[in-house]
Amino acid sequence: MKQFLSFVKKEFYHIGRDKRTLFILLGMPVVQILIFGFALTNEVKNSKIAVLDNSKDEASNALISQLDASRYFDLEKNLVSFNQVEEEFKRGKIKLAVIFPEHFSEDLLHLNKAQVQLIADASDPNVANTLINYASAIIMDYQSRITGNRKLPYTINTEMRMLYNPQLKGAFNFVPGVMAMVLLLVCTMMTAITIVKEKEMGTMEIMLVSPMRPQLVVLAKAVPYLLLSIVNIITILLLSVFVLELPINGSLTLLMSESILFTVVSLSLGLLISTGAASQQTAMFISLVALFLPTIMLSGFMFPVENMPLPLRIISNIVPAKWYYSIVKSVMIKGLGLQAIWKETLILGGMMVFFLTLAIKKFKIRLA
Amino acid sequence: MTGDKVITADKLTKRYGDFVAVDHISFEVHKGEIFGFLGANGAGKTTAMRMLCGLSLPTSGKATVAGFDVYRENEKIKQNIGYMSQKFSLYEDLTVKENMRFYGGIYGMSDAFIKNKTASILDQLHLQKEGNKLVKALPLGWKQKLAFSVAIFHEPGIVFLDEPTGGVDPVTRREFWNMIYQASESGITIFVTTHYMDEAEYCNRVSIMVDGKIEALDSPAQLKKIYEAGSMEDVFLQLARKAVRAAD
Amino acid sequence: MHSVIVENIIKTYGKKKEVAALSAISFEIPKGELFGLIGPDGAGKTTLFRILTTLLLADSGNARVDGFDVVKEYKSIRKRVGYMPGKFSLYPDLTVEENLNFFATIFNTSISENYDLIKDIYIQIEPFKKRRAGKLSGGMKQKLALSCALIHRPSVLFLDEPTTGVDAVSRKEFWEMLKGLKQQGITILVSTPYMDEAGLCDKVALLQNGKILSIHTPQGIVDDFSDPLWAVKSTGMLHLLNDLLALEAVKDAYPFGEFHHVVLKNESGKKELEQFVQSRAKDHAVMQAVKPDIEDCFISLMKN
Repeated sequence: MKQFLSFVKKEFYHIGRDKRTLFILLGMPVVQILIFGFALTNEVKNSKIAVLDNSKDEASNALISQLDASRYFDLEKNLVSFNQVEEEFKRGKIKLAVIFPEHFSEDLLHLNKAQVQLIADASDPNVANTLINYASAIIMDYQSRITGNRKLPYTINTEMRMLYNPQLKGAFNFVPGVMAMVLLLVCTMMTAITIVKEKEMGTMEIMLVSPMRPQLVVLAKAVPYLLLSIVNIITILLLSVFVLELPINGSLTLLMSESILFTVVSLSLGLLISTGAASQQTAMFISLVALFLPTIMLSGFMFPVENMPLPLRIISNIVPAKWYYSIVKSVMIKGLGLQAIWKETLILGGMMVFFLTLAIKKFKIRLA
Repeated sequence: MTGDKVITADKLTKRYGDFVAVDHISFEVHKGEIFGFLGANGAGKTTAMRMLCGLSLPTSGKATVAGFDVYRENEKIKQNIGYMSQKFSLYEDLTVKENMRFYGGIYGMSDAFIKNKTASILDQLHLQKEGNKLVKALPLGWKQKLAFSVAIFHEPGIVFLDEPTGGVDPVTRREFWNMIYQASESGITIFVTTHYMDEAEYCNRVSIMVDGKIEALDSPAQLKKIYEAGSMEDVFLQLARKAVRAAD
Repeated sequence: MHSVIVENIIKTYGKKKEVAALSAISFEIPKGELFGLIGPDGAGKTTLFRILTTLLLADSGNARVDGFDVVKEYKSIRKRVGYMPGKFSLYPDLTVEENLNFFATIFNTSISENYDLIKDIYIQIEPFKKRRAGKLSGGMKQKLALSCALIHRPSVLFLDEPTTGVDAVSRKEFWEMLKGLKQQGITILVSTPYMDEAGLCDKVALLQNGKILSIHTPQGIVDDFSDPLWAVKSTGMLHLLNDLLALEAVKDAYPFGEFHHVVLKNESGKKELEQFVQSRAKDHAVMQAVKPDIEDCFISLMKN
């Protein structure tokens, strides 16, 4: 045990003295969260809108002030005629126009069938789409409040995401994805690289010729990265709660335990890669190609897996990040408990046992 | 020895902060000379050699290589010198011929020149059959000899050799020196560092660096006379033991 | 008792086992001996070291270190040998002291426990104990590496090319340290490409292309060199060499320091050589009898 601890201490020296790498490891989650979560949604914040209110009644006034009050929209101009709409768009002043027909309140309350026209500047389709979504969400929110619990005679087509994300915060989908990515990068790639580095430097030879059990050497190298990953998980969660204003809806303990489980899976993969790679470049390359790319493409955080062709959907099942992504979404955003994610947890657990056994079996007690 | 001076160094100095790696060294090397550049680890050999090859700017002092100034004309210097070190020699995953093509190409040699030169080198080294073999399949000694041929492929006036014979067997080491002699006879100036003291004896003149300064510079015979030593190893040990600074 | 016993060790590399690294090597090292494995790069020195330190499996043959089989009892061997691989193999980002402490713990011991063994060596680098190992000079790195390899008081010490790339002064010091360790009763197996270091060993094996050319005490190897040997020099050394090689009586001639060494086929060849030297009086040609050293022997053994 003393040997083991001494080894772990040495690993911390290595990490602590390579300031640049340490900075990258700890800074990466911050940068990624900010870029993915914040910068992307920032684009649609405080977008300028124009309103053409032909009705000027209670309901339209209320809606307009709601829109204006939201952090996504700033009311730039009140229009008086429809001709002005295109004019304003051409001047590039506004991104969205909201047009209320005459008798808006009456229609809404008595006919249950009111119309609002939303016109967006689609030169940037993504922004336009997001703005339309945000505006309709606010309108529906208003609708449901004035109609109370009464069941509405008409149905509205909405996207599934809005069910759990009434304000359509884009960051919601990115946070679990970034968590999976950062953990994979730190654990898998760094563990693989650091073990291969010992091989390259020739110190692995001395370790093998020492009484220390080779498996312990490998485990000792993984420990610091496990701790580093826990720091990263905490950073990400703090950032998402306090900067992106995204609450953790489920149990924090459950979320942390699942994250640690995923971390160990990533570490095992790193160990497995290190047994096969002879140079640091190879280790890095395998980590990137075999893990990083599938994680981005197939875990569901960039592209929805459901829309992929069958072969890709099948392959996506062996990507650990897919299961972790689904777990984090369930716990953090939907606020679900273990009963909803036991299947994913079991799969990750199985993967951990499999990779770890394989890595330790494959680890050579000799050089060749 | 008279003749053109192909390398001149005048109070050449390189500082890193407070540390004077190379301390006002002055010397001249003549055309066709075999110049041994000795010194303990950390005495400043590598730094001095880098400055002469145009890879590193001196802090002060003057130096010319092949008539070009090391401050302003380092690109021209690179065209006119060859370089070979123990560590970097040839691309192991390319064949012998591909390596020669590559180096010839780098120095802008014509296709015809490369073809002729490749054939004549393979002939000279009796490696005609190995031309299409990967370099990594060759024994170390052959690689080193080949690396030297490649270093003078573009027929430079000066060739810098940084410990070219490390770890090579004694027979191949001598064959290697035979090649150096031949190159020297054909007018190529040889600037060589080595840890083998018997090889210092093969040089026309030898300089010994201690703590960044050139402590001795003369022919091996003269040096042995001055230091009343039986061999170059004794001369070297006498001088190098005076070193006070720890090498980095 | 023998510390190291090697019997018919064969090791090949490559898919079809086409590269022979070691071809049926056998030798024994008695306890407390300083044994030198002399040969150029690629002779098979590192392969042999790795087999003896249980890092590689031989294709066939047996080897025992300190009485234990290198295959079956590798764990016992790993507890009692010290190993310094060819590459610089300490952690450059750890300080001198941290490196030593770390290796002590790995071997279940502490610096103070075996301090007397490493004292003479460590004392030279102690002033720099807070310095990172990567910032040490070549000679000091070697001393630190040796201290680390000795920290657990091994019974057999394996040093793979400890002096390669190290300057002549540091090399001399390093060999002095080995002599000191030998007196402590540690068996030392050391490899080197420098022929001049052979004379410092109790016994040497000359290794070339995976084969042992000769195995003997340094004096014994030199005594085996039976051909007459002369040293010749003049101006124009390159031409002199070619002319010497053309002589009927000359078996071999090669540069050797400031002279060329000339090996004659037999004693009667001396006359022809003398005539040759006299004919080159205008080139200041001189000849003198010399005693062969290990390098002469290696060259002659290689060419046979």
